Amino acid sequence: MSAPALRTGAETLAAPLPPLLAEAEHLAQAVLPGSHGRRRVGQGDEFWQYRPAHGGDPAHRIDWRRSARSDTHYVREREWQAAQSVLLWVDPSAAMRFASPGRVEKRARAQLLALALAVLLVRGGERVGLVGGPPPRSGGLQLMRLAQALAAQSGPQDHGTPGLDGARPHIRAVFLSDFLGPLTPLRAALAEAADRGVRGALVQVLDPAEETFPFEGRTIFESMSGHLRHETLKASELRAPYCARLSARKAELAELALSVGWHATCHHSDDAPLAALLWLYRALEPVRG
Amino acid sequence: MTPLGPIAFGAPGVLWALLALPVLWVLLRAVPPAPVRRRFPGVALLLGLSDETAQTSTTPWWLLLLRMLAVAAAILGFAGPVVNPQPAREGRDPLLIYADGGWADARDWPRRQERIRAELQQAARAGRPVAVVLGTDLPAEPFRFEPAESWLPRLAGLGPAPWMPGQAPVDWARALEGDFETLWLSAGLETPERAGLLAVFQARGDVRVHESPRPLFALRPPEVEGGGIALTVLRARPGADAPDLRAIGVDPAGQERELAHAAVRFAPGARQAKVVLSLPPELRNRVARFALAGVPSAGAVALADDSLQRRKVALIAAREDREGLRLLSPLYYLEKALMPSADLLSGRLTEVIQAGPDVIILADIAAFAPTEAEALAAWVTQGGLLVRFAGPRLAARGQDGPLLPVPLRAGGRSLGGAMSWGTPRGLQPFPEGSVFHGLPVPDEVGVRQQVLAQPGPELAGRTLAALSDGTPLVTRKALGQGQVVLFHVTANAEWSSLPLSGLFVQMLERLVVSMRPAIPGQAAPEEGTVWVPQKVLTAFGGLEATDTLAGVDGARFAKGPGPGMPPGLYAGPDRRIALNVIAPGQEIAAPRWPASIPVEQGDARPERALKGPLLLAALGLLALDVLAALALTGRLRVAVLLLAIVLPVETRADEAGAVAATAEVTLAHVRTGDPRVDDIARAGLEGLSRVLTLRTAVEPGPPVAVDPETDELAFYPLLYWPVTASQPLPSGAAYERLVQYLRGGGMILFDTRDADIAGLGGASPEARRLRQVAAPLDIPPLEPVPGDHVLTRAFYLLQDFPGRHPAAPVWVEVASLEGEQAEDIPFRTLNDGVSPVVIGGGDWATAWAVDARGVPLYPVGRGYGGERQREMAYRFGVNLVMYVLTGNYKSDQVHVPALLERLGQ
Repeated sequence: MSAPALRTGAETLAAPLPPLLAEAEHLAQAVLPGSHGRRRVGQGDEFWQYRPAHGGDPAHRIDWRRSARSDTHYVREREWQAAQSVLLWVDPSAAMRFASPGRVEKRARAQLLALALAVLLVRGGERVGLVGGPPPRSGGLQLMRLAQALAAQSGPQDHGTPGLDGARPHIRAVFLSDFLGPLTPLRAALAEAADRGVRGALVQVLDPAEETFPFEGRTIFESMSGHLRHETLKASELRAPYCARLSARKAELAELALSVGWHATCHHSDDAPLAALLWLYRALEPVRG
Repeated sequence: MTPLGPIAFGAPGVLWALLALPVLWVLLRAVPPAPVRRRFPGVALLLGLSDETAQTSTTPWWLLLLRMLAVAAAILGFAGPVVNPQPAREGRDPLLIYADGGWADARDWPRRQERIRAELQQAARAGRPVAVVLGTDLPAEPFRFEPAESWLPRLAGLGPAPWMPGQAPVDWARALEGDFETLWLSAGLETPERAGLLAVFQARGDVRVHESPRPLFALRPPEVEGGGIALTVLRARPGADAPDLRAIGVDPAGQERELAHAAVRFAPGARQAKVVLSLPPELRNRVARFALAGVPSAGAVALADDSLQRRKVALIAAREDREGLRLLSPLYYLEKALMPSADLLSGRLTEVIQAGPDVIILADIAAFAPTEAEALAAWVTQGGLLVRFAGPRLAARGQDGPLLPVPLRAGGRSLGGAMSWGTPRGLQPFPEGSVFHGLPVPDEVGVRQQVLAQPGPELAGRTLAALSDGTPLVTRKALGQGQVVLFHVTANAEWSSLPLSGLFVQMLERLVVSMRPAIPGQAAPEEGTVWVPQKVLTAFGGLEATDTLAGVDGARFAKGPGPGMPPGLYAGPDRRIALNVIAPGQEIAAPRWPASIPVEQGDARPERALKGPLLLAALGLLALDVLAALALTGRLRVAVLLLAIVLPVETRADEAGAVAATAEVTLAHVRTGDPRVDDIARAGLEGLSRVLTLRTAVEPGPPVAVDPETDELAFYPLLYWPVTASQPLPSGAAYERLVQYLRGGGMILFDTRDADIAGLGGASPEARRLRQVAAPLDIPPLEPVPGDHVLTRAFYLLQDFPGRHPAAPVWVEVASLEGEQAEDIPFRTLNDGVSPVVIGGGDWATAWAVDARGVPLYPVGRGYGGERQREMAYRFGVNLVMYVLTGNYKSDQVHVPALLERLGQ
């Protein structure tokens, strides 16, 4: 058992958490721990500044210890720590269950990324929810619920339909999918998001085989559920047109995201997940300003 | 038949089908291989794409080639090809097939027969009359050529003889009439008669000669040289390496086996090679024959007769005068004389007789104990040679007896001493008939003192040597099959100068060693003696016992083996001699044929039909094609799996399983036959193994499902046995295994998975089944786990043992009664005995079970309380494995405080 895997397992046993959550926490550990204030006065636990008391400040808000050191009265202000809601959607469809030999499934990678992001956000005090799962809430227990809901989600259809699940306006959303199916549902979801002022990020998770198309000879390609099929006599000849279509699809995604103020990226299941997590984290960062 | 080089075709018309191969090529190219099915999520992006090249996908060229080869092989096969077709020979003359039929032919007689058969078949096709004649087995007088077909069945009965034909074939051939063609199957050995016979045959017609290319080896009879046995290996032509030399004899257990082995090295170009075998006497006496390994020919066997054996000679003196001068020792001269040619024994008389010596020499021993005398007489009667030397003691007693050849007078006489008139006496020349006859008598030998024989009528007949005045010096008497010989002087130089002369050595050798000749052939059998063959050599070098052959006259031995006198061992009046195929000094050479005679070498190349192999090759290629086609479509794995299921390949897998099971600690569960229960058990052990790896020093391998019916159980420390109501009862063999397993220290955890609802004695179906399953097992009395049982503290401190069901009682073997509660220690001392069974109904496997990612498979309890119960179940599993692996170690641990306290005092 390798060291990381051992540690994973050790965490699994130390706290009764599903291994996915532990892995996600491990991944999140590498990014940044701790919660972040809003850098402005507001409700919260952290000290922000002292200010001279105005008239109208209730007496119980006077910080007597600080005031006793000078002639004026001071009020202790705390940093505003408003929590943000983030809604995750991980494509539960059959297509995400694809893995070329020796690789992890796309779904596993997407789930890992989503949960790691959730760990980060929950640590930061945010509320995280899952489309088709628990609504956004904060706290460590929410991570458990997320992990269980993620593990339970799986759909028989070829491609999933993203949605916002009637979320409140002005939250953030992250969609993780391969986006290889028809884009109409995504378009609709993004339009709805734009209507509600929801911004977020699209993460396209692809298997290396989907990127390079390493097939040859007479082949019948079937979708994961077996509904779609395409027969070719010489698969190697299809490589160039397929790659062209794939890059067109990526460009379309990027354009779509840009049009509604979202971010988009592509992640391969053989890449290190940390890079994608950092990108995701930064993609959601500006909203905290 | 249409010959094409070395191959002819029975049906050449079929070959035209080969022209169709190019058409087949095009056809095969046109049919694409079956498609591969692939799951691919990106298929949505592929929809609507069309193949750019209009040409169909090509079959790989190597697959095409494979199929073409298969078809070509089939076509060729049906065309009926034949390798080495024998062209019909012209000529209608009768054909004489003549073979020497001697020992030299034996080395490849089967090939000779093949050659003759091929020739006979040809002659049969041509309708020629044929005669097959062996030089050693010439046909009787009415001789005529017969149809070849009539010879074919007789061919198997022809065999070579263990000698060479000699002059007889020449005389026989001269008497033949008419013209004929001759095929001479030469043995490859030059004989003096060859040229004459060839001339006779040539006078009658064409002569062809066939000579075997295989090297011809022969072995000369063994010769004694120094302390070893020299053997000379001969070869007919330089070049070939000789096979190894083997000495064969009877081992002490009475089995014939190889006693010694030596490599034969020829000098380049030499036709002889000498090998000297130096064998310990015990082995050397046992050697019956020498043979060249792997050469089935009488010429490659040399029989050993009596002459090879070194004699065992026992020397016994009356008194070992350790402090006297060596030169005065009565045995000194005897030892010196006999050392080179015999093996000497010494010791007490009775012991020495048990060692079975050939000769016993007694130096001046006059008196025997009665038992000694008896034993000695019996030994001599059975063929021993007793040689006695006189001396003061013998002279003093002067006696008669069976162990003396002649009665002696007491006192003896002395010659040439200070008080006597005479001078030392010399020796007479040895009389005719004496064993010493022919030895030169040196002048310097003089006898000063001797014992005298009583005169008698038989004295002259018993005298072997006499002094110049006629008094006997050496006398001999036959006793039973043995002899008693007396030297009337001492064995040292005290009474005579005989021991100082070379004559003494020669006399002793004659007596001891050369009673039988040291070199075979030196003493040829005399004319008039009759020698009976005891064992005879076959032409192929085998030795066969015989008692049906007539005895032969000694004079015939000089001429070597021949008809009526096969090589072998012959018993004569007083010894056995070997008659070998190769005479001493004989050489062998390859014959030189005149240039006008066509000499074919090499084997007959019989016709071989290639139809079968070609069709087989076509089938094999087609089978390969099936595999290749499967591989191309990605279905090879399925096919291999199917094959693996169909073909029983059990034993190897068994061994691999054993190796895997013993490489690491491996948990095992019993296969119940219910796939769901088995899956849970496997997943449960998987989960327990993970926990063990993480928390303890035990790092188990992947769990194994075992079937007591077929699998070896000894590799597994713990067997988890989920009991199902429908479980079949194990067979007798399985019970035997299980009992063995429990006796060998194994443990079985029976899990009725019923939460022990009704208690162990209850009536749940599983509990009933458990009772039936466990009835034949050797299970001790049980009790619920007591609070101080090691199981509660082997790793974790546990109070109860929940599984999926909360804390049900668990039963273990009743603790031994000797365990007594100590006063200050809250545990009884239970030092031995790990419970062979643990029985409960907690359904632990379900609580332990995890999937491949380590996520628990089945819920336990409710909420986080349930997780705690699962944790407790894992802890029970850890404790159980620790208990199995370490026994009552933890129980010992609790004594540590007491021991430390005692040490402190």
